[in-house]
Amino acid sequence: MRKLMKNRQIETRIFIALAAICIFLSLATDTFLTSANLTSLLNNSSVNLIWAVGLLVVLIAGGIDISFAVATSVVQYIAAKILIGMGGGNWVLGFIVCGGVGIMLGLINAALIHGFRIISIVVTIATFNAFFGLLMFFTRGRSIYNLPDWWIERIPLYEHQAADGTWSQLMMPVAVMVVCVIATWFLIQRTNLGRQIYAFGDNPEGARRAGVNLALMQGLAFGWCGMMAGIAALMQVNIVQEVVPNALYGRELDVLAATVLGGARLGGGKGTVLGAVLGVMFVAVTQNGLNLLGISPFAFKMIIGAAILIAISTSNMNLGGLFATRKEGAK
Amino acid sequence: MTSGSDGFALRLKGITKIFGGVKALDAVDFEVRAGEVHCLAGENGCGKSTLIKVVTGVYTPESAEEISLFGEAVSTITPVKARAKGVSVIWQDLALFPNMSVAENIAFDTLVGARPRGVPFAKMKAAAAEVLARLGVTLDLDAPLETLPIAQRQVVAIARALLNDARLIFMDEPTASLTQSETDRLLEIVRKLSADGVAVVFVSHRLAEVLDISSRVTVLRDGKLVGVYPTEGMTQARLGELMTGHLLESNVSARDVSGPVVFEAKGLSVPGQFENIDLTIRAGEVVGLTGLIGAGRTELAHAMIGMTRAQGTMRLMGKPYIPGSLRDAIAQGLAYVSEDRLSLGLLQKQSIADNAAISVLPKLLDQFGLISPAKKQALILDWVKRLGIKIGAPENPIATLSGGNQQKVVLAKWLATEPKLLILDSPTVGVDVGARAGIFRIVRDLADQGLAILLISDEASEVLYNADRVLHMAEGRIRESFDPRQTTIQALEAAIYA
Repeated sequence: MRKLMKNRQIETRIFIALAAICIFLSLATDTFLTSANLTSLLNNSSVNLIWAVGLLVVLIAGGIDISFAVATSVVQYIAAKILIGMGGGNWVLGFIVCGGVGIMLGLINAALIHGFRIISIVVTIATFNAFFGLLMFFTRGRSIYNLPDWWIERIPLYEHQAADGTWSQLMMPVAVMVVCVIATWFLIQRTNLGRQIYAFGDNPEGARRAGVNLALMQGLAFGWCGMMAGIAALMQVNIVQEVVPNALYGRELDVLAATVLGGARLGGGKGTVLGAVLGVMFVAVTQNGLNLLGISPFAFKMIIGAAILIAISTSNMNLGGLFATRKEGAK
Repeated sequence: MTSGSDGFALRLKGITKIFGGVKALDAVDFEVRAGEVHCLAGENGCGKSTLIKVVTGVYTPESAEEISLFGEAVSTITPVKARAKGVSVIWQDLALFPNMSVAENIAFDTLVGARPRGVPFAKMKAAAAEVLARLGVTLDLDAPLETLPIAQRQVVAIARALLNDARLIFMDEPTASLTQSETDRLLEIVRKLSADGVAVVFVSHRLAEVLDISSRVTVLRDGKLVGVYPTEGMTQARLGELMTGHLLESNVSARDVSGPVVFEAKGLSVPGQFENIDLTIRAGEVVGLTGLIGAGRTELAHAMIGMTRAQGTMRLMGKPYIPGSLRDAIAQGLAYVSEDRLSLGLLQKQSIADNAAISVLPKLLDQFGLISPAKKQALILDWVKRLGIKIGAPENPIATLSGGNQQKVVLAKWLATEPKLLILDSPTVGVDVGARAGIFRIVRDLADQGLAILLISDEASEVLYNADRVLHMAEGRIRESFDPRQTTIQALEAAIYA
């Protein structure tokens, strides 16, 4: 256990911070620790979590993706057109179309990065603008409300009505999110491909010399991120029941910040699914808590900014050393 | 261990490799016996790395009369074929993965491939443990590699090669960043590999080490084979001559110096680093300071240049000297050329001119308070001439220069401040034998011009041959003072490694 904490220092730290906030909010408000609040917190975080695990794979591979949230909007629009054109479709087709278009958008990023040897931040800022510009051009900013019934129908996994009449529900996107999280964990921790992605992000030249297929690694990382963006597209529509082309613009930085907070390193080679999930939940709980406490939403951005600075600037400090008893005369 | 019927791990005949019309390798023969420790020696640019890259399939030679691995003739070598045949290279940068565990680093090559499959963590760990046991080393298999000191990472790289069933391992400058005791341990492992039937080709600038570990040495110069020699009976001086093609001065150059005292320290201490150091350096004197890494040599230099505050008194040119900061020390006439010139001393991507001028920018101002290009150019050309630096143009990035010439630019940068005392901390780390001689010629010239010099080095021969007086430092104290004219290299080394 001690070893686990040592090797997972950042995760341990953010877990402690998250637990502290949860305990504080449970005591400070009587609304936080209710099943209605907690389930809605999970429902509202599921899209962010799906994005975060996709982005995590790119970060581990030493890249960065700015375009995924806009890619999600693009996927929504294209998938809505295709599915309506097919006469409605169903969940299976929905996953195939959204996942497929998402993977394609991710592969465009990967091809540009690998093919032209451009750094990922430049490529994805470019595609972020290109995707968004094209989307606004073709949709003329119009939303789609007339969507197939299966897509916008809410599917509760768990329902409970409290004595005071408030409902708590866990929705299907939460289940999809859990599958995405587990699948990503399995990919990066338990398959040889995932370990090669880590190695590639850690030491690209070393990976190249070991014979790792770098094009495949880029494709896999950005393809996975794209697929998660596609699945997020499907879920987002299910949650908000409409396709609004500019609804997700700007969300990418929040997810990026949360993922980095969870220990993923922008230099590559570092980051865990657990950390990414904790990072997203930390941000979500903080926002939720500030709402419940009635504090200005502007304070939220400030607090998240401060939290990231604290997390990054203390990430090289050994907090364990603070608790360990000092050895006299130790070198 | 199986080896070819002819007992050779590798035979190359008539290898020629051409880059842009220049013969990097000119009809070179090279052979390594199975289980042999063989050294590949030569100055930078002599073709050593090219030869390694030919053997490992990174480069395809223009012509080759014979290539055979373990007694089996092969027409061409590709990286995959080389690895499959048991040829492994441990690059100077090790090519490991700092964030991954020791076990994963050792067994990483078993994961490579495009076909998805699960990771057999338990099997990898067992295999890694087995290889480490073979090397007689214990490491925490779960620890992230980055938590290991560089010497242990080297062991991980060797273990990784062995896990790939390497029977011929090339080691490129494996000891460059190791301390003496770590080097000894590494050489022990190399001997063990050799006894196991694994052939090792050792590339190192440290000639003493080369002669110690290998049984034969192949010397290359300017892409041509100079010869293959048994190391028995070979001396460092002779090997240096073969590598450079001319006689190297390795005579004691010490003289009596009676110039005025430039620097004087009395009872200098920094708790935990060194204590009670008395040190006098005269104008025109080269004082050698040697000792093991960790003896407090660099720490003493840091105190002298104001990077750490020391107790005790220091005097410079007879006046009390209390440096408040490095900037202050420079202003008062000290110059310090750091141990790690590549990362600390130079801005690698900037031009030669900018690097040389950075320490004296205020002197280069014109009447408007802007940097005068003419003054800068004059300064550069002056130092290029005085130090004999080989450069293309002052505008070229510093990274285009060889290690020796980079070192000279660092020297120029500091000499431009017109110091009274120059501190050189391990100036020849990573510099080849020919360039070393050049640097020490400059050091001697500077001393003759009246500069006081403190030369810090962990190579006993370097201080013995180039200093007027040698101080031996151990555990934060100066233990003994040697007159190079009345001592031998053996006596000095015995004192250091006692």
